[in-house]
Amino acid sequence: MKFTKLTALAVTTALVAPAAIAQEMTIVSWGGAYTKSQKNAYHDPYSEKTGVTIINDDSSAEAVAKLRAMNEAGNVTWDVVDVVAADAIRLCDEGLAMEIDPDTMLAPAPDGTSAADDFGDLLVSDCFIPQIVYSTTFGYRTDLVGDTAPTSVCSIFDTDAYPGKRSLEKRPINNMEWALICDGVAKDDVYDVLATPEGQDKALAKLDTIKDDVIWWSAGADTPQLLADGEVVMGSTYNGRLFSVIEEQKQPVAMLWDAQVFDLDGWIIPAGLSDERKKQALDYIYFATDTQRLADQAKWISYGPARASSAPLVGQHADLGIDMAPHMPTDPNNAKNTFLYNYEFWADYRDDIDAKFQAWLAK
Amino acid sequence: MTDTTSDGPMLAADGTPLKKSLARALRLQKMRALMLIAPLLIFVLVSFIIPIVSMLMRSVENDIVVETLPLTVAELRNWDADSGELPDEPVYAAFVGDMVLAIDAKKHTRLGTRLNYEQTGMSSLFRKSGRKIRRMDPATDAPFKEKLIDVDKKWGDVETWRVIKTHSPKITNGYFLNAVDMRRTPEGAQAQPEDKQILVKLFGRTLIMSLIITGSCILLGYPVAWILANLPMRTANVLMILVLLPFWTSLLVRTSAWKVMLQQQGVINEVLVWLGMVADDARLVMINNQTGTIIAMTHILLPFMILPMYSVMQTIQPTYLRAAKSMGATNWTAFWRVYFPLSIPGIGAGSILVFILAIGYYITPEIVGGTKGVFISNRIAYHISSSLNWGLAAALGTILLVVVLVLYWAYDKIVGIDNVKLG
Repeated sequence: MKFTKLTALAVTTALVAPAAIAQEMTIVSWGGAYTKSQKNAYHDPYSEKTGVTIINDDSSAEAVAKLRAMNEAGNVTWDVVDVVAADAIRLCDEGLAMEIDPDTMLAPAPDGTSAADDFGDLLVSDCFIPQIVYSTTFGYRTDLVGDTAPTSVCSIFDTDAYPGKRSLEKRPINNMEWALICDGVAKDDVYDVLATPEGQDKALAKLDTIKDDVIWWSAGADTPQLLADGEVVMGSTYNGRLFSVIEEQKQPVAMLWDAQVFDLDGWIIPAGLSDERKKQALDYIYFATDTQRLADQAKWISYGPARASSAPLVGQHADLGIDMAPHMPTDPNNAKNTFLYNYEFWADYRDDIDAKFQAWLAK
Repeated sequence: MTDTTSDGPMLAADGTPLKKSLARALRLQKMRALMLIAPLLIFVLVSFIIPIVSMLMRSVENDIVVETLPLTVAELRNWDADSGELPDEPVYAAFVGDMVLAIDAKKHTRLGTRLNYEQTGMSSLFRKSGRKIRRMDPATDAPFKEKLIDVDKKWGDVETWRVIKTHSPKITNGYFLNAVDMRRTPEGAQAQPEDKQILVKLFGRTLIMSLIITGSCILLGYPVAWILANLPMRTANVLMILVLLPFWTSLLVRTSAWKVMLQQQGVINEVLVWLGMVADDARLVMINNQTGTIIAMTHILLPFMILPMYSVMQTIQPTYLRAAKSMGATNWTAFWRVYFPLSIPGIGAGSILVFILAIGYYITPEIVGGTKGVFISNRIAYHISSSLNWGLAAALGTILLVVVLVLYWAYDKIVGIDNVKLG
């Protein structure tokens, strides 16, 4: 009797166990080199460890709208989603992302520092688990800038010294800040000034001085292409894109790190997942955002890990064999003059300033 | 022998009146036909009409304020927004009561996002205040007026309450006003400040550029369709592949190819400079402006013009032209008075297709349009995917739909819609 009961139990367990953990999960990210770096650093080791198959979906650019649509339809098919911090805040506000408790849901640093302290200020939203620090910064053509290479972000506005087109992103964020700095506003006052209509006019007036010389981009790949073709002398884009133009494609392009704007990219877990899928997603997150894993990602892409404890572990590029530390936006040599994307400010002012910016562009 | 009298109703074989029996047969036939198309009808209804209607409804829906702050909205009815005075304690108490529930349901930040479309700063006001109001107890912590103003001084600003009151109705015209560069205020509809007016301009630009694109498609497509229609079938079929080839290439690839062709260091400019027709420092600007959008979109939409023209032209008998000429018409007269009028249905069909597709395009203008070549659809895409202001996006979409219907109606009045043929 006892024996049969045990057998029955064993059989049921064997039958039930595989179903207890979902064997598949859909992870949404940006595609291209970035997803590849995540696959190498996170997905493959995780699949190896747990046997879970990971499906990549390259929809991060439309993640906010799609998550909202899925939520309204009551059928969220994504398990973990990679978004920039501003989108994470939006998703959190809309109730579309799950709140995360860093101390219970994320791995502590190897020396025992809690996750909350290890990530520090980068935990900009209750729902957001930071992964990388990237920056929006400028690259320039070394063969088109003459004898004196630009060292300041204000070279963008100096069409006498650096004639030719420049490329800027087709949105107010970052451009307005750079315009104010180059118009003589102190770095600490930028957002106070930008909060006033006069400040916004001032920034647009500064941008107006180069309006005819700007090609406006909307995809991160645009500036690298424009630089490679010699279509622009200098242009803004994400630092990882410039790294690939410079180190992988060996184009005559150099980085201008001055006044680079730090931004964060990381994970959210959609709200409304079943308990089982939520558990699975949290398990993945715990694994993928620990100190070693974050440092590993930098082997494939030049973005800085978001944990303080990961920085010393950053090694060499997996294919090129070059040291990655000097290519990180957070490297002391590159980070002499930096900005941190002001999430709070832009969450409030984005609708308003964007309307003004677009109206100015269309003029 | 004739039993049937002429005055009784005519009867069918089974004795029922013929009229009734006929009607039943017809009804059965109709039912059967309806059953046959039922799958398609249900499919169209579920996957097309219902989503569109629900999307359009969003342009007027505004439940969120009243659902999140029901007591506050009720209390605010007693407050005169024009008095310049802050609302009294009951409003503040009702607000705290509403907020405590909303914070539990995590709905207060959504409301903040909604109101931020109207008044900058609402987003962080609700998010930040939420953290502090969470700790208040609506039953014991009264009075709240002072406390709320302590939490954030914006609760002591009349404007904050005016915005909540103005946007509290369940059905709003606010999104439609925004869509035409106006806004809803307690004093009624007002124009947006001039430096934020852009949407009306974009509507106009979208229509004008779509007309230009349709026009250039007609000019380029007509001769091609004519040649195709007048070549022997075998040759025409081979050339047809060339027309269809663009359909088999991704839209992004085609648009990006135009970038390579048109940019200042691009193929066309290089050739012109090499030929000495253009100075090296005065290269033509053909992309990131309206020219770029018109060229790329004309190319992409051209097949939609050629195909209906071609199929209509195929049906025009060549003998008509010969007859005209035999009666003394010149080549031009024969073409203009005989051939061209017969080909108009094709032009009509192609133009409607191209025009309607053009006003909804946004990927191509986004890539090659720069600042002057973007369409209203680019703003719709922005509000759908970036700002999440779906109400405004729906209002813009509704206006676009109405504009198309009006143009369609005008076309019907002027040219006649039965004059449109796809072959």
